[in-house]
Amino acid sequence: MAVLEIRDIKKSFGNTEVLKGISFSVEKGEVVAIIGSSGSGKTTLLRCLNFLERPDNGSFLFNGEEIFAADKKYSDDEIRQKRLHFGLVFQSFNLFPQYNVLKNVMLSPTLLKLGTQQEIEDNAHRLIKRVGLTEKINNYPCELSGGQQQRVAIARALALEPDILCFDEPTSALDPELTGEVLKVIKSLKSGDSTMIVVTHEMDFAKNVADKVIFMADGVIEEMGTPEDVFNNPKSEKTRSFLNKSLEVI
Amino acid sequence: MSFQQVTLDLAAGFLENCRLFFETLLFSIPLGLIICFCSMSKFKPLSFLSKIFVWCIRGTPLMLQLFVVMYVPGLVFGIPMRNRMLAALIAFIINYACYFSEIYRGGIESISKGQYEAGQVLGLTKWQIFTKIVLLQVIKRIVPPMSNEIITLVKDTSLARVIAVAEILLAAERFAGKGLIWPLFYTGAYFLIFCGVLTVLFGWVEKKMNYFKG
Repeated sequence: MAVLEIRDIKKSFGNTEVLKGISFSVEKGEVVAIIGSSGSGKTTLLRCLNFLERPDNGSFLFNGEEIFAADKKYSDDEIRQKRLHFGLVFQSFNLFPQYNVLKNVMLSPTLLKLGTQQEIEDNAHRLIKRVGLTEKINNYPCELSGGQQQRVAIARALALEPDILCFDEPTSALDPELTGEVLKVIKSLKSGDSTMIVVTHEMDFAKNVADKVIFMADGVIEEMGTPEDVFNNPKSEKTRSFLNKSLEVI
Repeated sequence: MSFQQVTLDLAAGFLENCRLFFETLLFSIPLGLIICFCSMSKFKPLSFLSKIFVWCIRGTPLMLQLFVVMYVPGLVFGIPMRNRMLAALIAFIINYACYFSEIYRGGIESISKGQYEAGQVLGLTKWQIFTKIVLLQVIKRIVPPMSNEIITLVKDTSLARVIAVAEILLAAERFAGKGLIWPLFYTGAYFLIFCGVLTVLFGWVEKKMNYFKG
C-alpha cells in the first residue's frame, strides 16, 4: 500500500491557479524527484504537503487514512500533529541562528518531549555524525558554510523521525562546489528506509538517485515514471524540451 | 553656597529623574509589547484603534501630554491630580510605550518568514516559535534602536519640570533664583555621566549578543 496518496490537489493564489489537480502516490522507502521549470508549482506542492499552504481542493491519505481533505476544517493542534508525518528541508536552510548545531537539532524534540534529555541528545549526536558534522557540533550557523548549514538542517528534520522527508530545492542556494556534499547526504539516506520527496534542479541526482521522477509543468503533472522512462523515453513534448534545455552542454 | 551643597541638592533632584526613568522603563517596556501585539492583531478594529492611539501619542509633544495628564482630570472630571510624580509617570509610560511598540513591531516584522515556517514544520506551537525562536533574534535587532530611545528618555525626564516635579532642573532653577547660575549648567554633568554608563551598558549587551548573526 502506498504510504502517501495525493488526490487532486488544487491551489490558487488570487486569480493564479498554481496547482491544477495533482495526484500521485509514494511507496514506502521510495525516493521521488519532482523536476520542472520555475513557476511550475513544485514548491507550492511541497508546501501544501507540509501544511504551510492550504490546498483549495483535494486530499492526502497517509497509509490509507485520510489526513487532510480540503473541505474539512482542522484546528492548529490537529495540523501540528498531522504535519509531524512530514519533514521539510528548505532551500534557504532556515537554521535558528542563536543556537549551535547541537541545539538546532535538539530544540524541537526537546520542546515536543520526544524522550528523555539524554535520549534526545544521544540521537542528535548520532544524526550530526550521520551528516558528517561532529566536529562542528558546538558551532553556530553563521560559522558554517552553506553546505554545512544544509546538512544541519537535514539532521534537524531527521530528529523528528518523519515518515516522509521533503526537500525543497536543497542545493539551489549553494555554490556549485557545495552541492555535492549535500546531495551525498541525501543519497546516503536512501539506504535507510526513508521515504523522500525531493524538488530539485539537479538532473543527475534525479536520474541516479530517484525511484520515481515527476515532471511538472504549469501546475499539472506532465509526466511521471521511472528515471529511465522520463529521462530516456519522455513521452510528452514539454518534457523533451525541458530536458533538452536542462541537459544542454554549453 | 558651597560646591558640595549644590552637588548634593542637585543629586537629590536627579534622584527624582532616576526614579522617573526606571519606573517608566519598568512599565513601558511590557506595555509597549501589548500595544505592539494589538497593532499587529489580525482583528482589524483593534489594530486600527491602536494605530490611531500610537499616532496621537507620537504626533503630539510629550510636554503637552504632561499638561494633559496633570490638568485634564481636574478640569474635566473634577478629580484634580494631586500627585505630580504620578502624573509625570503616566505621561512618560504611555509616551514611551508607544515608541517602544513601534520598535518591537519593526523587530518582529524583520524576522524572515522562514524562521516561523521552520518552527512550524518542526511541529512547534505559535507560542514556542515566538519564545524559543523569534524572541531572541528580535531582541538582538532592537537593542540599538531601544538604547537610542532609552538614552533619550534620560534627558526627557527633565521635562517633568513643566508640571513642577522636583527634578534636577527645578533644583537648579532654585539656585538661579538666588542669583547662582552655574548649577544650571552643572546639571549637564549628571545627565552626561548617566548616559555614559548606559552607553557602556548597551555596548556590552550588543557585544554579548554578537555570538550569532540573525
